[in-house]
Amino acid sequence: MREGAPDPELYEFQRYRARKPFAWPGGKKVAVWISPNLEYYEIDPPANPHRKSWAKPHPDVVGYAHRDHANRVGHWRMADVMSKHGFPGSVSLSVALCQHHPDVVADANARGWEFFSHGIYNTRYSYGMDETQERAIIEDSIRTVREATGQTIRGWLAPALTHTPRTLDLIAEYGMDYTCDLYHDDQPFAVKVAKGRLISMPYSLEVNDHYGFFIYNMSPREYAQTLIRQYERLAAEESGTVMCIPLHSYLIGQPHRIGPFEEVLRHIAADAGEGGRAWITRAGDIADAWYDAQEGGQ
Amino acid sequence: MSLDPTYLEYAKRGLGYDHALYPYAPLPKRAPLAWPCGRRVAVWFTVSLEWFPITPSDTPFRAPGHMQTAYPDYRHYTSREYGTRVGFYRLLDAFDKVGAKVSVAVNAAIAQRYPQIIADILSAGHEIIAHSTDMNGTIASTLPVEQERALIAESLATLEQATGRRPRGWHSIARSQSFATLDLLKEAGVDYCVDWANDEMPFAFSNGLVNIPLNHELSDRQIINVQQQSVDSYAQQVLDAHDWLSAEAQAQGGGRMLPLHLTPYIIGLPYRMDAFEGLLADLAARPDTWFARGGDIFDAFTANQG
Repeated sequence: MREGAPDPELYEFQRYRARKPFAWPGGKKVAVWISPNLEYYEIDPPANPHRKSWAKPHPDVVGYAHRDHANRVGHWRMADVMSKHGFPGSVSLSVALCQHHPDVVADANARGWEFFSHGIYNTRYSYGMDETQERAIIEDSIRTVREATGQTIRGWLAPALTHTPRTLDLIAEYGMDYTCDLYHDDQPFAVKVAKGRLISMPYSLEVNDHYGFFIYNMSPREYAQTLIRQYERLAAEESGTVMCIPLHSYLIGQPHRIGPFEEVLRHIAADAGEGGRAWITRAGDIADAWYDAQEGGQ
Repeated sequence: MSLDPTYLEYAKRGLGYDHALYPYAPLPKRAPLAWPCGRRVAVWFTVSLEWFPITPSDTPFRAPGHMQTAYPDYRHYTSREYGTRVGFYRLLDAFDKVGAKVSVAVNAAIAQRYPQIIADILSAGHEIIAHSTDMNGTIASTLPVEQERALIAESLATLEQATGRRPRGWHSIARSQSFATLDLLKEAGVDYCVDWANDEMPFAFSNGLVNIPLNHELSDRQIINVQQQSVDSYAQQVLDAHDWLSAEAQAQGGGRMLPLHLTPYIIGLPYRMDAFEGLLADLAARPDTWFARGGDIFDAFTANQG
């Protein structure tokens, strides 16, 4: 980005109208990917001068215990429902989870899920880091995920959505293919970086379960209806859009929410077979298909 | 600009938690816990019975539901009292109608001020668990540990005197604890607390105290007051949860808990009670429902531990 300028110059403007038609593999109209955030929050993290971790003095029992529910209960419930309906995950991972709860990471890996980095902990923020420090968390992420899963991470969602002006340049330099931190479009687009290449992978704040339940205060059934409307609208528009469902299992995996959510997966999966409109996939596969289409002369 | 180098040091980055309060054990990998009656879903109501002094304290923090206007806040003082005088009695009658025994988390001040309520709770067969002194009795790590110890002791002693029995359970205001709380509760002879909503079944802390997780999301406060959803939606969500837990218990063996936290000044209003009584009737009609008190769940858990 152009640091300090009013326009950060992240990407070119391109209107939604009159874009060149673009279909996903098999002629599918919408690439649907689920992004479970598998996170670790520290109970007593050090202070970052730019952002507070917890609302209460440590231990913030409600905040900490809520997140811990994910690793004790929520993940397993959510993952079983996803597997049942044929949805892989593309995991936004606090990479220290590989050390704290390797069971959770191994379970996700065994299900064929992809991993990208969401920082070391969701209680350690990038704000205020110098370049050496930021390189250290990127290199730590690559190394930790490779050792725990055998996978090489291809994407980045900044820890707790905390960025620096150099994050996008650095992750491209380290060979990553996509960022989940930009929300300007329903299709992937090239991001301007100093070296290498990078695309914006449509993630979503608007249909993120955290926004659904704690910004918009939806009931579980209202949230499920929102996801179905989001899907139906994108499937009815021009081809080549992306629908991401970002989840936190301590929210969606609660017993009053998982049943209505399963209906969403059933709805989309029913439109994924021969002649259907949904390509149920992972972020890395979407990036591959997009890069292939660009190189194919689009 | 750079951060202090220690910000990139991770002293507790290793197997298990970054604390020693309790061990890691994912629910699906634990031995199933069956309820004594053989039913699948323990529906556990906990009603908070609270007295808010009209002179609120912000030390260590002001309790949820406390006074909001400049002094004197008649509006909130009396609205909370409405729950205790009227709403709670509607709830007692509703529980009686379906034969549900529940836990009541009681401020010690309630026992001192309104002994008749204590007699009515006990004669109906409900359990009293300790819920601090009054709604100025909040706990956080900014409270000196000696004050916290005294607060816990005073709450338990007052309730023991009023009920003839030392409460076995503890519920901190807003589920807020300090790093010392678990040991202070153990030292005071408490069997279980309900503050950690990190699990859906009972588990033991490292010091032997048991946690019976009282889900903070499945509460009338969260769903109706904070998220501004209707009582009909609340009831639907509870039934959806019951459906899921019943099926999960069937598939995985043993039982599950459905903890429901109630506040008389929220759920006990006239326009909400019919829907709540409808919910109670629906829950009672399901053959896999076991209406349990916290102490019943604690006993089933400890019997299972051998």
